[in-house]
Amino acid sequence: MMGKTLYDKLWDAHVVREDGDGVALLYIDRHLLHEVTSPQAFEGLRLAGRKPWRVESNLAVCDHNVPTTYPRNDIPDPVAKLQIDTLDRNCREFGITEFGIEDPRQGIIHIVSPEQGATLPGMTIVCGDSHTSTHGAFGALAFGIGTSEVEHVLATQCLVQKKLKNMLVRVEGQLPAGVTAKDIILAVIGKIGTSGGTGYAIEFGGETIRALSVEERMTICNMAIEAGARTGLVAVDEKTIAYLKDKPYAPTNRQWEKAVAYWTTLKSDEDASFDKVVTLDAATIAPQVTWGTSPEMVVAVDETIPDPEQEKDPEKKKGMERALTYMGLQAGTPITEIYLDKIFIGSCTNGRIEDLREAAKVVKGKKVAANIRQALVVPGSGPVKEQAEREGLDRIFRDAGFEWREPGCSMCLAMNADRLEAGERCASTSNRNFEGRQGYGGRTHLVSPAMAAAAAIAGHFTDVRRLYS
Amino acid sequence: MEKFKTLTGIVLPLDRVNVDTDAIIPKQFLKSIKRTGFGGNLFDEWRYLDRGEPGQDCSDRPLNPEFVLNQPRYQKATILLSRANFGCGSSREHAPWALYDYGFRVLIAPSFAEIFYNNCFKNGILPIVLSENIVDRLFAEVESMPGYALTVDLENQTVTLPDQTVIPFDIDPFRKHCLLNGLDDISITLQHVQEIKAYEERKRNETPWLFQRNNE
Ligand code: SF4
Repeated sequence: MMGKTLYDKLWDAHVVREDGDGVALLYIDRHLLHEVTSPQAFEGLRLAGRKPWRVESNLAVCDHNVPTTYPRNDIPDPVAKLQIDTLDRNCREFGITEFGIEDPRQGIIHIVSPEQGATLPGMTIVCGDSHTSTHGAFGALAFGIGTSEVEHVLATQCLVQKKLKNMLVRVEGQLPAGVTAKDIILAVIGKIGTSGGTGYAIEFGGETIRALSVEERMTICNMAIEAGARTGLVAVDEKTIAYLKDKPYAPTNRQWEKAVAYWTTLKSDEDASFDKVVTLDAATIAPQVTWGTSPEMVVAVDETIPDPEQEKDPEKKKGMERALTYMGLQAGTPITEIYLDKIFIGSCTNGRIEDLREAAKVVKGKKVAANIRQALVVPGSGPVKEQAEREGLDRIFRDAGFEWREPGCSMCLAMNADRLEAGERCASTSNRNFEGRQGYGGRTHLVSPAMAAAAAIAGHFTDVRRLYS
Repeated sequence: MEKFKTLTGIVLPLDRVNVDTDAIIPKQFLKSIKRTGFGGNLFDEWRYLDRGEPGQDCSDRPLNPEFVLNQPRYQKATILLSRANFGCGSSREHAPWALYDYGFRVLIAPSFAEIFYNNCFKNGILPIVLSENIVDRLFAEVESMPGYALTVDLENQTVTLPDQTVIPFDIDPFRKHCLLNGLDDISITLQHVQEIKAYEERKRNETPWLFQRNNE
């Protein structure tokens, strides 16, 4: 018999019933909730007179709308306030655990859940948020769902799903100094496109991925969705297990032993076959910078802005022209000549402690350039913030002229007060550069934390590899 | 959910690739805790010349005359035609809610982003995947023929062009069944309560740590 992929194993372990044609009722182990995509689901539950099927599988946190300044609960926007209050009220009414805005564990849901050990290998994990793919870094089957499905999971602990195809993205070789997990995933998206992974579960493997830390793997799986895949996966290894040991929600004692024995089986079999394999040589990856309004519009920092005239596909060409107009850029301009107005370091892609350390290393002892109007560091969660402060990273950032904020999604999608003004240009460690994403008329360039930090100091993009050599 | 059987409607051509959910409904409107009322802000940043805010009266806002949605010949359109990877980006169901609220019932594109595609079916919208060639042809015809309308028949899985050309499309049988009958899939799943319980019983033995109460 042919071997199974990691995705096959996770899928098979959660099928409640099969309806043929690859459609199954899939059991959900962990359901994560936040304020933006849940109110209508709770309302639906209430109207139908239903209760959550298994209340303890749910964990809620408010993150998208929250202010990143003190006092945390002072929310001037009444519509945002109502949404946050509604989550509090729904969680109280249905008995769901919520880390409220003043809880020290509050933060971005995709950072909070692994940090608490609420994300475990072998689980199915869903959330009304497309970046749920992040949790796949732990060998869990994790994917984003819409609000109707949030209600469906609340009511039944299951989802009707169709099995995906298997893709392996294999990264081999030594990553050059100054090149990070963020650059790997941007390079992958540049290579396969934003719909390259549509219909697939992408497993990231190869020696480069194995050499990454758990947090770096989270950055990679986080942006699987930007490659079109609902799910990203990395096999479990000793690093995964070490990360979870003694986390508050992780199993203990005999249960831990039992769990670890199972978790170590969570990898693709040697003879498993994938429907598609994409290979990358890590040694050839340079720091990446997006220049357009889709994550696939990406080049290396030492390149220039591509020329739409060179593009043969007429649709793509039109898209490139539109993107250049929106971004206020000219074909042929070197990336390093793009000047910035704002810097954003944070989000579920790059708001973890290792990201902040990487940025702080670049910033240490330097000053933010005079042309930068605002440089924000927004830790992904309360514990990330605390740890950074213990290490003195907040001082490094503050001394350089960065603002040190409270945890939340912040300028990743600008639902709170942190945003770009029309025409402002930002080096951002987040995951989407869509038109208006960081504020009406705002222009976003996606980069790694080290590249964002280096841009803050220089005032324009600069090749961070030079600082490492 | 409303049933969907057949529809004959005006087609609106949105000639862009990678139309993302932030474009379909910008983030400031996601603060609503309701499912309705998003239609006036559909494609807000492309449609109006000013910056939209939740709760605003859209009727006296300056319209962008360039944007296709504002062109008189496409008023009352119920079928939206677009390019590859439509609906990419976030999982926000506000995107199909806004499309539905505006009046769209059918979307046609060469490909859709998965979460969005799935969300459409939960809200009485039929997303149809047609080949690049056919989509090219539809764009050419819509633009050259005012009042251009298509007929969509879900039961027979066909799209009929004004010249009576019939184009078949694929759809998953379960989704088709739910949409044809306006079925709420929670009640369908709840017909399998015994199986869900049996699954949980088995897993409680095999992987008990997944069923421990949170350490609260
Ligand atoms: S940080 Fe950005 S991408 Fe991540 S959950 Fe928040 S809004 Fe979504």
